[in-house]
Amino acid sequence: MALSGDYLGMAVSIDDIDPANQAFYTYCGSGVLHLQHCPACALMRYPTTTACPWCASAEAEWRPVSGKGAIYSYCEVHHAIAPVFRPFLPYMILLVELDEQAGAPNAADGLRLTGNLVDAAGELAAETAVRAVGIGTRVRVVFKDIGGGMALPQWTLDEDAEQPADPWRYPLE
Amino acid sequence: MDVELDAASPKHLRGKYAIVGVGETGYSRGSGMTTRALGTRAVRAAIEDAGLTTADIDGMLSYSGNDSTPSTAIAGDLGIRLNFYMDCQGGGSSTEALVGIAMGVIEAGLCKTVAIFRAMNGYSQVRIGGTGRSSGRSALSGDALFGRAYGQLSAAQSFAPAFMRHMYEYGTTPEQVAHVKAIHSEHASNNPKAYYKKRVTVAEVLASRVICKPLHLLDCCVETDNGNCIIVTSMDRARDCRHVPARILGVVGRCSKPRLDNYYQAGPITTVAGYYAKHILWPNAGVGPEDIQVTGSYDAFTFTTLLQLEDYGFCKKGEGGEYVSSGIMRLGNRRPNNTSGGHLCEGYTHGIAMVIENVRQLRHDADDSCPLGADGGRQHTYDYAEGGCRQVKDVELAANLGWATPATGSALVMARGA
Repeated sequence: MALSGDYLGMAVSIDDIDPANQAFYTYCGSGVLHLQHCPACALMRYPTTTACPWCASAEAEWRPVSGKGAIYSYCEVHHAIAPVFRPFLPYMILLVELDEQAGAPNAADGLRLTGNLVDAAGELAAETAVRAVGIGTRVRVVFKDIGGGMALPQWTLDEDAEQPADPWRYPLE
Repeated sequence: MDVELDAASPKHLRGKYAIVGVGETGYSRGSGMTTRALGTRAVRAAIEDAGLTTADIDGMLSYSGNDSTPSTAIAGDLGIRLNFYMDCQGGGSSTEALVGIAMGVIEAGLCKTVAIFRAMNGYSQVRIGGTGRSSGRSALSGDALFGRAYGQLSAAQSFAPAFMRHMYEYGTTPEQVAHVKAIHSEHASNNPKAYYKKRVTVAEVLASRVICKPLHLLDCCVETDNGNCIIVTSMDRARDCRHVPARILGVVGRCSKPRLDNYYQAGPITTVAGYYAKHILWPNAGVGPEDIQVTGSYDAFTFTTLLQLEDYGFCKKGEGGEYVSSGIMRLGNRRPNNTSGGHLCEGYTHGIAMVIENVRQLRHDADDSCPLGADGGRQHTYDYAEGGCRQVKDVELAANLGWATPATGSALVMARGA
């Protein structure tokens, strides 16, 4: 059965012939981030794929991960393409590197997940919060309920983590 | 550079094929015609430029993102009977890849002469990344959730993490990157066809509004309506054509990094496809980056030019900022880049216009404002002041570096005649 929901007025629909994506967002709906894990090569991956990008095995099982990591890179959006994002400008698209599997399978690889910077309630972050983070900032996953038993994984400042004194930000500000 | 050239042994069709014709409709916002009309005009112009007739064309290739008219309509309108055609999906990086396919199908005996075209109303009909005119509320399903749900829709938004990380890792500065636009705008000021002919400074680039950091408005290319065409044939036939042929020494087609789905997952994310492509391009061509006199490094954004020049070996990894701001890319200096003004200034064609420009450069016939001589050719002054010449003096070797994403690129090395 297709899963249906809504995010910011955008209809969300994941078809029943797409069980991997259904599982990913349903695990998020249950409050624990899970990633596909390959039993053949023991590596996890993101986003969901139909085979293992590292060894081509078709097998996958779901593994819980900590949902903690650091901002690896980012894009700070000041001009929205989709009108639904206009009220939230500027917003941040983050590339977050999870603590798990850093430097694997190759030295420059890692588990890097996309998402926005949000507040603890999962709402897109205010400008003051956007301006306070940069590369190196520690973040944790939060889940924004989108209905149908699903949630969208997002990222917020990890208040319990030791933060870098001066996270790297784009220099012209 | 860690690439073995093997220049001694001709291989992989090196020098056997050439680009013999080029055609353009001009670059506008509001062409007032269909992509069918744009494509037809461009193909017709390229055939005429080559000194050929429609009866000489028996192959056709095109690329689009569901925003154009296929070969069937264009060939039909011109009464061209095709022995081979193919219309493929794609934007940047398609041109060079299709040149390789054209060489392959001619070599295999499927046809003799191939017209490659791109026709798009990139401003007035289908804008890249565009949901701007719709509500943006169309359903999110499956894989779209990993991008669109986060407001990651445009090329700028998708590429930005690679650009930002490059600044972080190598100390690349916004000022260095902005030089790409400033220099391309100087070149465009000498290109009567360019959509933006006004010269802009580094300070003006940095003062333009932020689209998405690290990109300002003037770090991003223009959107225009245009039709463009190039004609590929064997050197045997090329020698009978009107102009000095642009002889193809080597091609790379859509060479890619691993993980094309979300290219920033596989590291280093500051590395682009050229890192892999250079091991095909330079050995196939039998020349290296130090031999190249003019480059066409794709400028969807200022940053794309920089990353490609770096990974194809024109400078050391991490020194792209220094390279693009050193002045080397400026007309009159050692290795000009995008002498037409490129996508940042001339117009947006998904790369084919940059190949057209280098074909003209190799003919020593850049269509600038220099006076025409008795033979109909330009009498180039090599005075690169605003409104002046844009011909690179005595150029013999050119390279095009086409960009699709950080993960995928194509490339082409061409030599003048013979």
